[in-house]
Amino acid sequence: MTADHTLTVHDLELGYGERTVIDSLDLVLPPGRVTAIVGANACGKSTLLRSMSRLLRPRTGQVLLDGKQVHRLPAKELARTLGLLPQAPTAPEGITVSDLVGRGRNPHQGLLSRWSTEDDAAVAAALEATDTVELADRPVDELSGGQRQRVWIAMALAQQTDVLLLDEPTTYLDVSHQVEVLDLLTDLNRNRGTTIVMVLHDLNLAARYADHLVALTGGRLHAAGDPHQVLTEETVRAVFGLDCSVITDPVSGRPLMLPIGRHHMAVTRS
Amino acid sequence: MTASLTSSPASSTLERVARGRSRRAARRRGVVVVLVLLVVGVLALSLMVGRTFYPPGDVLRVIGGQDVPGASFTVGRLRLPRAVLALLAGLCFGLAGVTFQTMLRNPLASPDIIGISAGSSAAAAVAIVTFGLSGTAVSFLAIVVGLGVALLIYVLSFRDGVAGTRLILIGIGIAAMLESVIAYVLSTAAAWDLQEATRWLTGSLNSASWDDVLPTLLALVVLGRLLLTRAGDLDMLQLGDDAASALGVRVEQTRVLVIVAAVGLVAFATAATGPIAFVAFLAGPIAARIVGPGASLLVPSALVGALLVLVADLAGQLAFDHRYPVGVVTGVLGAPYLVYLIVRTNRAGGSL
Repeated sequence: MTADHTLTVHDLELGYGERTVIDSLDLVLPPGRVTAIVGANACGKSTLLRSMSRLLRPRTGQVLLDGKQVHRLPAKELARTLGLLPQAPTAPEGITVSDLVGRGRNPHQGLLSRWSTEDDAAVAAALEATDTVELADRPVDELSGGQRQRVWIAMALAQQTDVLLLDEPTTYLDVSHQVEVLDLLTDLNRNRGTTIVMVLHDLNLAARYADHLVALTGGRLHAAGDPHQVLTEETVRAVFGLDCSVITDPVSGRPLMLPIGRHHMAVTRS
Repeated sequence: MTASLTSSPASSTLERVARGRSRRAARRRGVVVVLVLLVVGVLALSLMVGRTFYPPGDVLRVIGGQDVPGASFTVGRLRLPRAVLALLAGLCFGLAGVTFQTMLRNPLASPDIIGISAGSSAAAAVAIVTFGLSGTAVSFLAIVVGLGVALLIYVLSFRDGVAGTRLILIGIGIAAMLESVIAYVLSTAAAWDLQEATRWLTGSLNSASWDDVLPTLLALVVLGRLLLTRAGDLDMLQLGDDAASALGVRVEQTRVLVIVAAVGLVAFATAATGPIAFVAFLAGPIAARIVGPGASLLVPSALVGALLVLVADLAGQLAFDHRYPVGVVTGVLGAPYLVYLIVRTNRAGGSL
């Protein structure tokens, strides 16, 4: 399960219609680590993720998984190695939690092969990992936002991929559920060696949970590397157009960004 | 949340998952078996009853190829092709309807609402009344135009992908236009053509013959089987294009294949019976309610479609003083359901 897969992006250009969203991007996502992609709204974060999971064809350049172009790999073969949890998946009306999580087994099932005990085990493990066993027989529609997000993550876990991409997995969650989801993904990374790549809105959570931080601005790479090097006052200004102060987070030792607005300034900065 | 990712799941969880799944699978199997029995039962009944009643023995002997005075003509030449065509058309409409509804995640998206059946009907009506064509030429035109209308709706509603609602609204508009074409053609028809031509408005089995049965059967075998092999991918599409693709479904390829197969089924069935009102629209949601969520609806919905057509035709023939075409009966059933569905969707934003 811990085979390391390297995802690289080479001279990538992406766009919709006339609009170019990602421009000449080069990126190496370290295998077996947690990478967070941050950037302002509409900077191309989600587009990049969609292209990495072959949802969007590159105009030029390539997305390579272990040196092979993802857009050339057979769909199911890719889906056994690389999973994606999109930002807004839809649950079919009335579907139960365990059925939805079971759909994550699709890439492991052939045209004719039936549901196996291995599939049941994968679903059960995913339910336990996300603490959703008690919800197994409930319809997804009836769940709260936090519960629902955990169920979607369970579906992605049931897919049992070595690389997992997540598009804003913490959106719509309150702070305790955000921490829960990120802890769970960290468990996944540490215990199974799963490579995690996620788009995150919250810079501080990104800096805390990521081993590798990627900052995009205007469809181009601004900085990538260790959070200590990437999350700086200069980066935040360049990427978000925001003045801030970066201190060391007393809880984690990671950088912590404190925004500077026009009001409520206790200390006057020189 | 616990960090039990590397260890295997607790046996209680495993059992719970397996039990829940087998219970739902058993329910689905049970529903399919009951539906098959009902379809066979109604099919048998519709061969026996009519102006004259023939006991099961006579019917079986006719099917077996023996010569039974009276029954050979009534059952063998009139009732049998009619019942078989009802069965096949119902299966086609049921399959095609639920395919569209599943793919577009909206019960309003069935081919009889969004103008595909209307396209086939209009083509057939023009072919019969205006050009005096008949037989294979009519079927062929109905199929080609059905596919053409589907393509037109798809192209018109395409903008960065196809959104369900836009496609439905455009489809309803095109359906209205095509209905008026049918009405116009019928108003110019000679009086003796009217009986034949009205079936293109509501659908009827009155002139059913083996010539109609064969192409419909062929379509069902080829296209129906194609759809069934894609049933799993179709279920994945319900999660949204992104999620389906991430789970290894080739989204665009699946969508094109499935649309062509479903439109083909509708067009062939429509060419044989006319657009039997609302069967494609009703079968999926009814099947969804009986089977329960999470299971593939293709087979149950096909069976519900067949049952609807068989029962409605039987009722249209026998239940009233006057004989009504099957489409009138299904229309009476379907229209209130359409209203109910719109009211409900309006309140809850629900889907299939």
